[in-house]
Amino acid sequence: MASGTVTSSEYISHHLTNLTFGNHPENGLGFAHTAVEAAEMGFWAINVDTMLWSIGLGVLFTWLFSKVAKSVTAGVPGNTQNFVETLIEFVEENVNSIFHHKNALIAPLALTIFVWIFLMNTMDLVPVDWIPYIAGQMGIHFMKVVPTTDINATMGMALSVFGLILYYSIKMKGIGGFLGELAFQPLGKWMLPFNLFLEIVGLLAKPISLALRLFGNMYAGEMIFILIALLPFWIQWVLSVPWAIFHILVITLQAFIFMVLTIVYMAMAHEEH
Amino acid sequence: MNINLTIIGQAIAFAIFVMFCMKYVWPPITGALAERKKKIAEGLDAAERAQRDLQLAQEKAVANMRESKEQAAAIIEQANKRASQLVDEAKEQARVEAERIKTAAQAEIEQDVNRAKETLRSQVAALAVAGAEKILEKSVDKAAHAQLVDKLAAEL
Repeated sequence: MASGTVTSSEYISHHLTNLTFGNHPENGLGFAHTAVEAAEMGFWAINVDTMLWSIGLGVLFTWLFSKVAKSVTAGVPGNTQNFVETLIEFVEENVNSIFHHKNALIAPLALTIFVWIFLMNTMDLVPVDWIPYIAGQMGIHFMKVVPTTDINATMGMALSVFGLILYYSIKMKGIGGFLGELAFQPLGKWMLPFNLFLEIVGLLAKPISLALRLFGNMYAGEMIFILIALLPFWIQWVLSVPWAIFHILVITLQAFIFMVLTIVYMAMAHEEH
Repeated sequence: MNINLTIIGQAIAFAIFVMFCMKYVWPPITGALAERKKKIAEGLDAAERAQRDLQLAQEKAVANMRESKEQAAAIIEQANKRASQLVDEAKEQARVEAERIKTAAQAEIEQDVNRAKETLRSQVAALAVAGAEKILEKSVDKAAHAQLVDKLAAEL
C-alpha cells in the first residue's frame, strides 16, 4: 500500500491512471494531476508512461533480436541465439500452418506482436507498487507500467492490424472484390442491406475484439494484483503468488491469441471467400 | 482510461518495430536456420554415404583377406610340394650315387679278383710247367705246349 492516508478507492484509481501529458483547458500544457484532468485534456494528450514502457520494451525486443541477427550463425548456436531461434521457429510454424500465401510481412509482424505483447504483459508480474513508488519518489505522480492495460496501446495495435486487413483485402481482391464480399455474402444479392450490415459488423468486430480482449484480460489481471496489494503485507503472498503463477499463463496466452488472430485475419484478407 | 494520442503513438511505434523486425531480424535468422537445415541434411547424407563406403570397404577388406589367405595357402602347398620334390630328388640322387659307387667298387673288386686270378693262373702255369719239367726231367717245348698249358690255366 502506498501510505496509510489514502483510501482503498483512491489507491486503486491512482494505480489505474496513466501519466498523461497534454493541453489542459485551464492549466495549460503539462501533466495531468488527476484522472479527471487527464480526461479533460481530450484526444490531444498522450499517455507518457504507456509510450515509454511500450517503446522501451519494443527497443529491448528489437535490440536483443537484431543483436542475434547480426552475429547469427548456421553453425552451433549460442544460448541467446538458441532462445531467439526457438521463438522464431515457433512463430514461423504458426504462420505456415495458417497463412498460405507469399507475404514477407506476415511472419515478422506475427513475431513482433507475440514478443512485444508478451514483454508488455510481463510487466504485470512486477509487484504493483515497486515502479510507481520509485516514480513517486522522483516526483512523478502516476506511473502505469503495463502498457497493455491501456486501451490506447491495444487499440493502436489492433487498428494497425485493421489497416493491414483493409490494405491486403483491397490489394488482393481489388476494391470491387472487397466491396462485393461485403455486399453479396452470405445471402446473395437480394439481401444486400442485410449482408452489408452483417459483414461490416463482422469486419469492425475484428480490431475491436483484438483490442478489447487483450486490454480486458490484462486490465482485470492488474486490477486483481492491485486488490491483493490492499491486503496486509504479510498475507498478500497467499493470493499474489498463485495469481502471478496463473498470470504467467495468461500473459503468454494473450500474446499468442493476438498473434494467431492477426495471422488468421491476414489469411482471410488474402483469400477469396 | 481515455482514448487519446497514445493510440496513434502506439500504432507508429508498432509499425516501426514491425518494419525493423522485417528488415533486420527476420531474414538473417530464418536464413541461418535454413542454412543450418541444409547443412544438417548434407551432414546426414554424408554420414549415410560414409556408412555405405565403410560397408563396401569392409566387404572389400574381407574379400582381400580371403584371397590372400587362399594365396598363402596355395604358396605353402606349393612350397611343401617343392620341398618333398627336392627331398625325393635328393633321395634319388643319393640312391643313384650310391649305386654308382657300389658298381664302381664291385668293378674294382672284380678287376682285383681277375687280376689276382690272372696272377694265380700264370703262377699255377709256371708251377705246373716247372712241376712237369721236374717230373719229366726234360725240358718241355714251351712253344709246343703253350696251348696245352693255356688250356689248363683257363680251366683253373
